[in-house]
Amino acid sequence: MTRRTVFLASGLVLLALVPPIAAALGQPFYVDVFRRIMIFAIAAVSLDLILGYGGMVSFGHAAYLGIGAYAVGIPAYYGLHNGYVQWTIAVLASAAIALVIGAISLRTSGVYFIMITLAFTQMLYYLGVSVEEYGGDDGMRLAARSTFAGLVDLRGGTTFYYVVLVLLVLSLGVGHRLINSRFGMVIRGGRSNEARMRAIGFATFRYKLVAFMIAGAMCGLAGALLVNHTEYVTPEFMHWTRSGDIMFMVILGGMGTLGGPVLGAVVLRLLEDLLLPSWTEHWQAILGPFLVLVVLFAKRGLVGLLPERRDG
Amino acid sequence: MADALLEVRRLVKSFGGLIATNRVDLEVLDGETHAIIGPNGAGKTTLIAQFAGDLHPDQGTITFAGRDVTALAAPARSHLGIARSFQITSVFREFTALDNVALAVQAHAGSSFAFWRPARADRALRDPARAMLESVGLGARGDVVAANLAHGEQRQLEIAMALATRPRLLLLDEPVAGMGLDESQQMIRFLGSLKGRHTMVLVEHDMDAVFTLADRISVMLYGRIIATGAPEAIRANEEVRRAYLGDERAL
Ligand SMILES: Nc1ncnc2c1ncn2[C@@H]1O[C@H](COP(=O)(O)OP(=O)(O)O)[C@@H](O)[C@H]1O
Ligand SMILES: [Mg+2]
Repeated sequence: MTRRTVFLASGLVLLALVPPIAAALGQPFYVDVFRRIMIFAIAAVSLDLILGYGGMVSFGHAAYLGIGAYAVGIPAYYGLHNGYVQWTIAVLASAAIALVIGAISLRTSGVYFIMITLAFTQMLYYLGVSVEEYGGDDGMRLAARSTFAGLVDLRGGTTFYYVVLVLLVLSLGVGHRLINSRFGMVIRGGRSNEARMRAIGFATFRYKLVAFMIAGAMCGLAGALLVNHTEYVTPEFMHWTRSGDIMFMVILGGMGTLGGPVLGAVVLRLLEDLLLPSWTEHWQAILGPFLVLVVLFAKRGLVGLLPERRDG
Repeated sequence: MADALLEVRRLVKSFGGLIATNRVDLEVLDGETHAIIGPNGAGKTTLIAQFAGDLHPDQGTITFAGRDVTALAAPARSHLGIARSFQITSVFREFTALDNVALAVQAHAGSSFAFWRPARADRALRDPARAMLESVGLGARGDVVAANLAHGEQRQLEIAMALATRPRLLLLDEPVAGMGLDESQQMIRFLGSLKGRHTMVLVEHDMDAVFTLADRISVMLYGRIIATGAPEAIRANEEVRRAYLGDERAL
């Protein structure tokens, strides 16, 4: 193992220690903070699969957060709280929508791709705003967290925390297998040199589309977690600034690495939610330049500042 | 006469007002090395791109091994046995040399919808890739990231990738361009060793390479093929001399 791998593994161990430390400090609120961070980390890891490894600059990834959230919220509205059902819907519906969005947007590239993915997510956002039954603009409360009879009880904040942690670790594990598999090599090859890929015989479109669906599904799961975390669902989950947030986590932490998006989620969320707002009300004016500096001077993100390792 | 492996009829391709391929007829015989020469801008690269399926002609047909492939995209043609190198070196710069070739092997080794087993530990991909690197003389350079290879090595790598797809027809767009004397001599020798085993279309400015390797030569000018024939015939062709070769020293 390289030093960077060790560093990232210890980061996960630290995350595992958050609940006892928070309890010892008498600050249970940190369990909430880091649970939310990890949920966004899953979303960021899923985006990095297509953005960092696949070179697909999707500027609409928050769509799947919203789909995952409504896939929990709408059944709950009708009294169905079974988590197995809700989360399965969240994953499948996200994959299905990603199939549709990907099938259209992946025929374009560059700025067009960015704009089309953004446009689709805006459509979903306005759909959420317009459907009054589910609270429209205001959103709606989640009557109860997803239930997993006999397995876990998410009402316990710490239990829920560890569920999220396990899912984050699983996402990283799945991501790791994926990017190093034959499929992953095709995705990375497509980012590196599309013309070369086609010349050696890869019809890249279908691989990209499947990667797009996998990323959507994984982010849909993050959406299901997020609605359980906030116990509220609103179209804001799909707002374009949310897509931008997730993308910044990836870029800040380091595209094309698995640890990067997690680190990016931790740093960005802590800065945005805790540190900067408590120092100054003009925190956004600090955050902006900070991100620009990272992009300019740490081209490979914060992870790039850690000791090198050879591959993802 | 041997059968034509590649048969091109009345091919036309224009970019706006510019006719880059002007009613080209061409036959590449099975097993031959067919050079295409002509000045810059004559339309050689555009022609290769249409053979490979990277560009589609406005008119005309391309038949490969008896099958009309005019409408097929590049990946499908690769699976029929057409491989190419690019005039501007085109490799996976972030990948190691071995990864580059292994990916080309993978493209022709069953489905790539395999999500779990690590590709870099897959001997069905790595072993043939390593053997191919060996055969182009890059055996010792497998672990070097492609971007860090010398220019000549990158060109060799590109040909290794093309060969790794086990093609019947190899399209080479200026394979020795930008190479030093030693490197290009070595490349010419290597391409010579492929003669007979692969049918080749060789676009090249280096007359040394052309006259050493080619069984037949076609001369292109302003999008047209103005002459096709054996090297001696082309060397002696008055029209070719006037139009392209110009001064005697080129020959
Ligand atoms: N994609 C393109 N768009 C417009 N013009 C092009 C394009 N590709 C090539 N051309 C033009 O077509 C002509 C033939 O180019 P090319 O096939 O590259 O010639 P060669 O390889 O013989 O030097 C040139 O005049 C070139 O400028
Ligand atoms: Mg050219």
